[in-house]
Amino acid sequence: MRRVKHLIFWLVVIGIILLLFSSHVIAENDFHRQRYALVEIIKAEVKETGDFLNQEALDERVIDALLKVPRHEFVRDTERPYAYANRPLPIGHGQTISQPYIVAVMTDLLKLKKTDRVLEVGTGSGYQAAILAELVDSVYTLEIVEPLAKQAAENLKRTGYDAVHTRIGDGYYGWEEAAPFDGIVVTAVASHIPPPLIKQLKPGGRMIIPVGAQFMTQYLVLVTKDDDGKVTTRQILPVSFVPLTGKH
Amino acid sequence: MKPRLSLLAAVAIISASALAYEILLMRLFSIIQWHHFAYLMISLALLGYGVSGVFLALNRDRLAQHFPAAIMANMLLFSLLAPACFLLAQQIPFNPAEMLWTPVQLLYLCGIYLILALPFFFAANVVGLSLYRYKSQVSSIYAADLFGAGLGSAGVILLLSIMFPEKILTVLMLSGLLATLLVSSYTFNAPKYWTIASVIIGLAVIFAPTGWMTLKVSPYKSLNQLLQVPGTKIIDRYSSPLGLISVVKSEITPLRHAPGLSLNATTEPPEQLAVFTDADNMTAITRYDGNPETLGYLDQTTSALPYHLKQHSDILILGAGTGSDILQAGYHAIKHVDAVELNPQIIDLVQRKYADFAGYLYSSAHVNVHVDEARGYLAATDKTYDLVNISLLDAFGASTAGLYSMAENYLYTEQAIREYLRHVSANGYLSITRWIKIPPRDEPKLLVTVINALKDANVRQPGQQIIMIRGWQTSTLLVKNGNISAEEISRLKQFCTERSFDLVYYPGISESEVNRFNIQQQPYLYEAAVALLGDQSRAFIDAYKFNIEPATDDRPYLFHFFKWRTLPEILSLLGTGGSFLLESGYLLLIAALVQAMLASLLLIALPLWLWKSKLGIEPGSGSHLRILVYFFCLGLAFLFIEIAFIQKFILILHHPLYAITVVLSTFLLSAGAGSYFSTKLSSRTEKSAFMLPMAAIALLSIGYSLGFEAIAGFLLKTGSLSRYLFSIILIAPLGFCMGMPFPMALANISRTAPALIPWAWGINGCASVISAILATLIAMQFSFTVLIFLAVILYGVAAWCFPKWVQA
Repeated sequence: MRRVKHLIFWLVVIGIILLLFSSHVIAENDFHRQRYALVEIIKAEVKETGDFLNQEALDERVIDALLKVPRHEFVRDTERPYAYANRPLPIGHGQTISQPYIVAVMTDLLKLKKTDRVLEVGTGSGYQAAILAELVDSVYTLEIVEPLAKQAAENLKRTGYDAVHTRIGDGYYGWEEAAPFDGIVVTAVASHIPPPLIKQLKPGGRMIIPVGAQFMTQYLVLVTKDDDGKVTTRQILPVSFVPLTGKH
Repeated sequence: MKPRLSLLAAVAIISASALAYEILLMRLFSIIQWHHFAYLMISLALLGYGVSGVFLALNRDRLAQHFPAAIMANMLLFSLLAPACFLLAQQIPFNPAEMLWTPVQLLYLCGIYLILALPFFFAANVVGLSLYRYKSQVSSIYAADLFGAGLGSAGVILLLSIMFPEKILTVLMLSGLLATLLVSSYTFNAPKYWTIASVIIGLAVIFAPTGWMTLKVSPYKSLNQLLQVPGTKIIDRYSSPLGLISVVKSEITPLRHAPGLSLNATTEPPEQLAVFTDADNMTAITRYDGNPETLGYLDQTTSALPYHLKQHSDILILGAGTGSDILQAGYHAIKHVDAVELNPQIIDLVQRKYADFAGYLYSSAHVNVHVDEARGYLAATDKTYDLVNISLLDAFGASTAGLYSMAENYLYTEQAIREYLRHVSANGYLSITRWIKIPPRDEPKLLVTVINALKDANVRQPGQQIIMIRGWQTSTLLVKNGNISAEEISRLKQFCTERSFDLVYYPGISESEVNRFNIQQQPYLYEAAVALLGDQSRAFIDAYKFNIEPATDDRPYLFHFFKWRTLPEILSLLGTGGSFLLESGYLLLIAALVQAMLASLLLIALPLWLWKSKLGIEPGSGSHLRILVYFFCLGLAFLFIEIAFIQKFILILHHPLYAITVVLSTFLLSAGAGSYFSTKLSSRTEKSAFMLPMAAIALLSIGYSLGFEAIAGFLLKTGSLSRYLFSIILIAPLGFCMGMPFPMALANISRTAPALIPWAWGINGCASVISAILATLIAMQFSFTVLIFLAVILYGVAAWCFPKWVQA
C-alpha cells in the first residue's frame, strides 16, 4: 500500500513538472503563433494603406525580422498578454513601445542593407534595436533614461542581440566615434531635428522620426541626404487618408 | 416656519464650497491630466446633484424627521469627501491617450466619475433637504444657494491667486466644517459631540503634515517626460488661476528648445530653463549675454521671414511669453518692441526672478511689456506697427491631438484679424506662425478666416496681400497691409532657399515652385490657398474632410475641425494608427452628452416609472409632467444664457479670467437677489405674475444679443473700470429675473404638492449637467446667438408649462 502511495506521489510530482514545462512550451508556441498572426495583420494593413509608402508590401527582410524578434521579451510582465496586439504599450518611466505596425513601416522606410550601420536615438525597451539588428550588422543605440537603458541592454542580451552597441546618454550629438550612419531612427521626439545628427548621416542615408505624443504617432518624418549632401524631408501619414474629396 | 439666518449662511457656505470645488477640480485635472478631460469629469460628476434629487425624493420624510442630524451629517461628509475623493481619484491610473487601445481605461474613467460625484451629492443634499424642510420659504433657501455660488466663484479665483491649488482643498474642507459648526451651535443647538467632532477634524486638518496632499501628474505629460532626464529638477513653482507654472533646470543635458529649426541650421540654442504651464505647454527662458550672435538659431525658423522682407522699426508681439520672439526681434536689431503677455507671473519670471539669466530682456530700453490680453490691448490703443507677430501660442502636443477643439479662442477669428490689421501700418505685416499638422487643419481654417477678414475690410484681391511658407514643423502666414512687391517676392525666395523652407503661396506662385524641400504627399497647403483665394472657395470648404469654416467671434472655435461625414473613414483607420485623425475633443463632448442624457433619463424616468407614489405623485394627476418639463427647461435655459453671455462679455472685458469671474458672480448674486424678491411676486393674486420675469428675460437677452455690436462698440471706447461697471449693470437685471422662475414655481408646488420639491430639484440638477455640455456643442455648431435664442424658446416652453397657479 505504501509503495502504491509512493508511486502515486512521484507520478503526481512528475506530472506537475511536465505540466509546468509544457506550459512554458505552450506559452512559447502561443507567442510564436500570435507573432505570425500579428505580421499577417501588419501585411494586410500595409497592402490596404500602402500608397503612402509607394509600395504594395513591406520588404521581405523586415517581415522576417518581425517574425523573429520576440516582442514579448521587451515588454513588462503585465503587458505580455498584449505583446502581439497591434498597439503601443507602456514600458514605464512615461515611455512607450511603438505600435508594431509603425515599427515595421519606420524600419522599412530606412531601406537598409545588411552591411549598413544604424544609429537609434531613444532605445526604449530595445525592441526596435533588435529589429534593426536582424537587418544590419552594426546597430548603435542611445538612451538617456538610465533605468530604461539598463533594462533594454538586459532585454537585448537575454534575447541574443548582444552585438547591439548600447550606451546611456544624450542623443543630441549622436555617436561621434561610430559615425557616419546609413540610417538613423530618432524615437525620442525633440523640439527640432538635432543638426549633429543630420551631420552624422551619410550621403544617401535616411533618418526616420515619428512625430506626436506617447501612444499617438501623428506622422513620420523621413529625412534623406542625397549624394550631394542636400537634405530634404518627407512627411508621411502612416495611413491612407486624403483630406479632400472629389475634384475641384 | 422661517429658516434661521445661521442655516441660510451655512447653506450659502456649502454652495460656495461646492462651486469652488467644481472650478478647483477643473484646475487640478488640467494639471494632472489634460484640460478637456477635466471639463468632462466635472460636468458628469455634477450628476451628483441629480442623484441627490432622487435620493431626497424617495427618502424625504424620513430625512425631514431627523433634519438637524441629516443636514449636519451631509455637511460633514461633503467637507471630508471633497479632498478625499480628489486624492482617491488621482490614484486611478487613468490615461486618456490609451483609451482607444485599452478598454479598461473606460472603467477607470467611470470610477473617477463615481468618486467625484460623491461630494456634489452631499452638497446637493444640504440644499435640497433645506428646500423641502422650509417649503414655505423656498425663495430664501434658493437665494442663499445662489448667493453662495456667486461668492464661491469669485472666492476660488482669489484663492487660486494666492495659494497652490492642492492647498485649496484644505480650505474647502474647513469651510464645510465651519458650516457644520454654524448650524450645530446656532440653528439646532445640537448635542456637543457634533461641535467637538467638527473642531477635532478641523484641527487635525490644519496641523496635519502637508505631504499627503501632493498632485500626481500623469507620467505622459511633457513636464514629467523631461524630468526623466538625469540632472533635471523643478527649481520654482508658481500658481495662479491662469495656470500652474513650473520652472525646470537641466544640469547635465542642455535643453535646446528651438521648435521649427531649419534643417540647414548649424547653431544650437544657448543654455535654457524650461517653463511649463500646467505641467505641459513647454516654453524656454534663454540665456542671453547681450551678444546677438548666440541667437543665430532664431533666424533659422519660419517666423523670421518678415524680418528679411523689410527693415522694421516698431513691432508688436502678441503672447510674448518667455521672450523668444523678443530675442528674435533683438537679433534683427528692431528699435522698438511692444510685447503683450496675459500671464503676469511669466513676465515676472523673465523680468525679475531670472532677469540676469535672460539678460534683462524685459527691462531693456527698446522693449515695453504690457500685461494684457491681446485684443484688449489693441482695443485700447490707436498705435500702428510695422509688424504684428503671433507665434506658436499653443503647445504642439495639445494642438495636434484635437484637445483644444472645444476651447474658445478669440485670437484667431475674423474680427480679431481685422483688429490686428487695423494696427498694421501701411505696407507692414501681420505674421502668424503655427504648427504643421498633417493632414492640414488649422492652417486652411486660418487662411479662410484671414481671407474673409480681408474681404470684410473691402480688399478686392486678398491674394495680392498674402504670403505663406512652411518648414517640416511650422508654417508662417504673412498678411501685408498693401500689395506684395516683386522685391519682397525675390527676398522671400532667397530666405526659403537658404533655409530649405517651402513656398506655399505668394501672388503669382506656380505649382512647380512648391513642395520641394519638405515634401508632403500632395502640396496640400498650396492647393488650399489657391482654391480658397479663387472662385472654388465654397466648394473646397465643403469638400474638405475637416471643418475649416472660418472662426468668428460668435463661433470662436479655430480648433474645431470635426466633420461627421469623415468619421466612418477615420474609424476604419484606427487600427493602423489613425487615431490622431480623430478630433477626440469633440467626440468626447458628444460622448459626455450621451452619458449625461442616459444618466438623467435613468434618474428621472426610472423612479417615475417604479416609485410614482413614493415620489409623492398622486394617482391620476397629470401635473407632475408639467413640473418635469418646467424644471427641465429652466435648468437648460439658465446655463445657456449664462454661458453665452459669459462668452459675449469676455470680448468686452477681454481678460478671460476676470470676465468669467465678474460675469458669473454677477449672474449668481443678482439671481440670488431675484430669488429673494420673488416671494413678492408669488404672493400676487393674478396669474400673470409669474409671466413677468420670463418676459423680462426674453426681452433683455434678445435685446442684448441683437444690440451686442453697439454695446461692445460703446463699451470698448470707455476705460477699464467703466467697462466692468457697465457690464455688471447690464447683467444684473437679467440675472435678477433669471433668479425668479425657479423659486416661484417651487413656492407654488409647496402649496399644491410639497412632496415633489426634492424631485423638481433633482430634475433641475440633471438638466444643468446636460445644459453645460449641450451649450458648448450648440455654440460650436451654430453660434452663441443661436444659443441665446434657444434659451428664450426654452423659457417660453417653461412659461407654458408653469405648474397650476394656486394663490398663496
